[in-house]
Amino acid sequence: MSAAESSASTVLASDHAKTSDFEAREFGFWLYLMSDAIIFALLFATYVVMSQNIAAGPGGKMLFSLPHTMGETFLLLCSSLTFGFATLASMARQKGRVILWLIVTIALGIGFVAMELSEFSGMIAAGATPQVSGFLSAFFTLVGTHGLHFSFGMLGILVMMGQILTKGLTPPVLSRLYRLGLFWHFLDIVWIAIFSVVYLPGVL
Amino acid sequence: MLGKLTIDALPLYSWVAMSGAAVTILGGLAAFILVTYLRAWRSLWTQWLTSLDHKRIGIMYIVLALVMLVRGFVDAIMMRAQQAFSLNSEGYLPPEHFEQIFSSHGTIMIFFMAMPFLTGLINIVVPQQIGARDVAFPFLNSVSFWLTAAGAGLVLISLVIGKFSQAGWTGYPPYSGIAYSPGVGVDYWIWALLVSGIGTTLTGINFIVTILKKRAPGMKLMRMPLFTWTTLCVSILMTFSFPALTVVGVLLGLDRYVGMHFFTNGDGGNMMSFANLLWIWGHPEVYILILPAFGIYSEVVSTFSGKRLFGYESLVYATAAIAILSFTVWLHHFFTMGSSANVNAFFGIATMVIAVPTGVKVFDWLFTMYRGRIVFHPSMYWTMGFMVTFVIGGMTGVMLALPPADYLMHNSTFLVAHFHNMLIPGALFGYFAGLNYWFPKAFGFTLNEKWGNRAFWLWISGFYLAFMPLYILGFMGMSRRMEHYNVPEWQPFLMVAALGAVLVLLGIVCIGVQLLVSVRDRKTAMDITGDPWNGRTLEWATASPPAPYNFAVIPQVEDIDAFADMKIRGVADLRPTQYEDIHMPKNSAIGILLGGMAFALGFAMVWHIWWLAMACLAGALLLLIIRSSNDDNEFTITAGEVEAIEIQRRYTTHKIATDRPMTTSGLPDGQTMQGRF
Repeated sequence: MSAAESSASTVLASDHAKTSDFEAREFGFWLYLMSDAIIFALLFATYVVMSQNIAAGPGGKMLFSLPHTMGETFLLLCSSLTFGFATLASMARQKGRVILWLIVTIALGIGFVAMELSEFSGMIAAGATPQVSGFLSAFFTLVGTHGLHFSFGMLGILVMMGQILTKGLTPPVLSRLYRLGLFWHFLDIVWIAIFSVVYLPGVL
Repeated sequence: MLGKLTIDALPLYSWVAMSGAAVTILGGLAAFILVTYLRAWRSLWTQWLTSLDHKRIGIMYIVLALVMLVRGFVDAIMMRAQQAFSLNSEGYLPPEHFEQIFSSHGTIMIFFMAMPFLTGLINIVVPQQIGARDVAFPFLNSVSFWLTAAGAGLVLISLVIGKFSQAGWTGYPPYSGIAYSPGVGVDYWIWALLVSGIGTTLTGINFIVTILKKRAPGMKLMRMPLFTWTTLCVSILMTFSFPALTVVGVLLGLDRYVGMHFFTNGDGGNMMSFANLLWIWGHPEVYILILPAFGIYSEVVSTFSGKRLFGYESLVYATAAIAILSFTVWLHHFFTMGSSANVNAFFGIATMVIAVPTGVKVFDWLFTMYRGRIVFHPSMYWTMGFMVTFVIGGMTGVMLALPPADYLMHNSTFLVAHFHNMLIPGALFGYFAGLNYWFPKAFGFTLNEKWGNRAFWLWISGFYLAFMPLYILGFMGMSRRMEHYNVPEWQPFLMVAALGAVLVLLGIVCIGVQLLVSVRDRKTAMDITGDPWNGRTLEWATASPPAPYNFAVIPQVEDIDAFADMKIRGVADLRPTQYEDIHMPKNSAIGILLGGMAFALGFAMVWHIWWLAMACLAGALLLLIIRSSNDDNEFTITAGEVEAIEIQRRYTTHKIATDRPMTTSGLPDGQTMQGRF
């Protein structure tokens, strides 16, 4: 075997090692998401247990506005769609379009967080603070945990945009973008559950 | 600027607390002076603290565990001393101090002794057992370790600055709420658990991926060594139960810091939720502690009986069954909370069902020994001591699983005796067996057997003396956690229990002497073969201590007990025709920096130093972003370097092996040599 051939086969072998590395990271990230799902599951359980414990404070019917929540849901689902477009563009190796869709995603994300913050501040201004009752403690904690995750996701998008601009769509960057996408869609699913367990029964 | 932290935080309230603080400070100072005296700071930093090598991380875990074992045991013997003499008197510990001691004893022994011990053994052994060069995520492994160390650091510093929790290791509200525990103790407890708990979740994820993705070719799931199997089950339990601890810690923290009402007495709080959430984590945790020890016993009993494990498949299924059932029994920790009779009956029966797979395992180990050529190595003593003692604890567990009986025995010293009877033989004896068994693999020389056996006999007799009286005291009506009492009939039993604690103390001293003597005599106890016990699994195919990459050539597995099979087929020491370049992770300081920030974050939150907490959070985020943007985190050991290391190893192996007959390692002639050269 000539020197050139042997170095070529080494490169192939290490490429293979890299691919299985990324597979392992993606599998590990799935496991992380599942353990995060347990966190949310327990917060949901806590919310359900506490949802009637309003301690003479306001209840869901008084506080929740379905149109407002519809708006948040709309922004969130759209941001998942636009992240999907970014993923498709990354598979086609179109760097510019990836950045563009990530910017749209983050804009939608900012809209969601702004709506959530306005809801929270409205409730607090009306005296419905987390300190009022077990129900409100559980509400703010569950929805706030989702919002906190979501904000970290947006920070992740910013970091990814920086990496794409400086490094290009290299295999490690693509793998990270894929995992961030999993995280983003996962938060979408959690929101659907929040909508159906918190807001919908709250106003009905 | 410093939040609630003032000079009053120093433990000037009692001489006992002051001496505890002094010992902690002097211990840290002694370590600092020793490292400085040896001029070892640079090598400590580059070879250990920043290392991503799973074997070194494993050793650091075990060092942490042994340090915390001593700290947790000091708590234990202080409680035994207090109760032995506090009949109709206050004893020498004021109630607030006694409460801190039983709280920190439980917290330390579970989170900062047992967890690091088992994680350390898993780290050293499992990648080698599956024929891998490292874990799936070496950097994450370092982060896990440093988060655990940060949690341990928080518990240790609570002895010097402020007080530790007085609410027991389970921290039940409303007592642990801000209304009844306004001090910093419960906050120390919460932050120590949160920080180390996240580390444990990450360890779980790491080892699931390692075991499922990095096995050597040919190692099907049903060919994995039992310790790898138990590690897989334990990793799954860690990943899916520790989030519950995170949730319960955060919610209690929100109650305490922000004034929310999750577990308060009024305003819609529900303190029974706390018990549920805590034990949804807590019961799987029991099996997280015990299953790795079961794996160790399986390896030890098979190696030192010179036989393949009896009923390998039944052991695997029993392990998996225990892991699944562990999620279905949490309510038995609080039968008396007053769930309906049917709910209690369900959880009582589920609890008793766990005894079935556990019984299967005990029989499998017994049948493995049956007609085996048993070597009475200290690991084997720990194993046999476990089998006898653990069965007693199992039977008292079935008694407690009966809800009507539990109504009488809960919260008594009978319960204390029961769970110590499970966890000391069931977990700690196993870790000691593993320490004696795998020590030569980690360090290249065997441990002194004479002192190992002394440690075992002192521990087991100390255990019986310390805990059998507690069973009787439970029947006599003694509650747990009593600072003083007025029933003269109890005192003789408590005296015996204190004597047992003294024997255990001597056992711990023997383990220390064993380590010192072994290091002193290491030249005569070198493990030059890499396989001192005629082992059966792949970790014995590497050198002792292994090269950084473990295996120069990844082995091909064709059977259960892969290495025994290779020795029989005569391929265990075949010289490879060609070596390849090996890529290994570079060292990283980010793990220890993250751990440091987690420690400072916890400390800042305990003392309400908000600016420091914010700075730590921002710093940690920045470190994570830096790390995630680094694509150049491996270095290459070239094929030539690998060949040089391997030839060196083989050369020394041959030379010394012929100099020294194998019988000195306690094995029958020729057994170790089988198929090796």
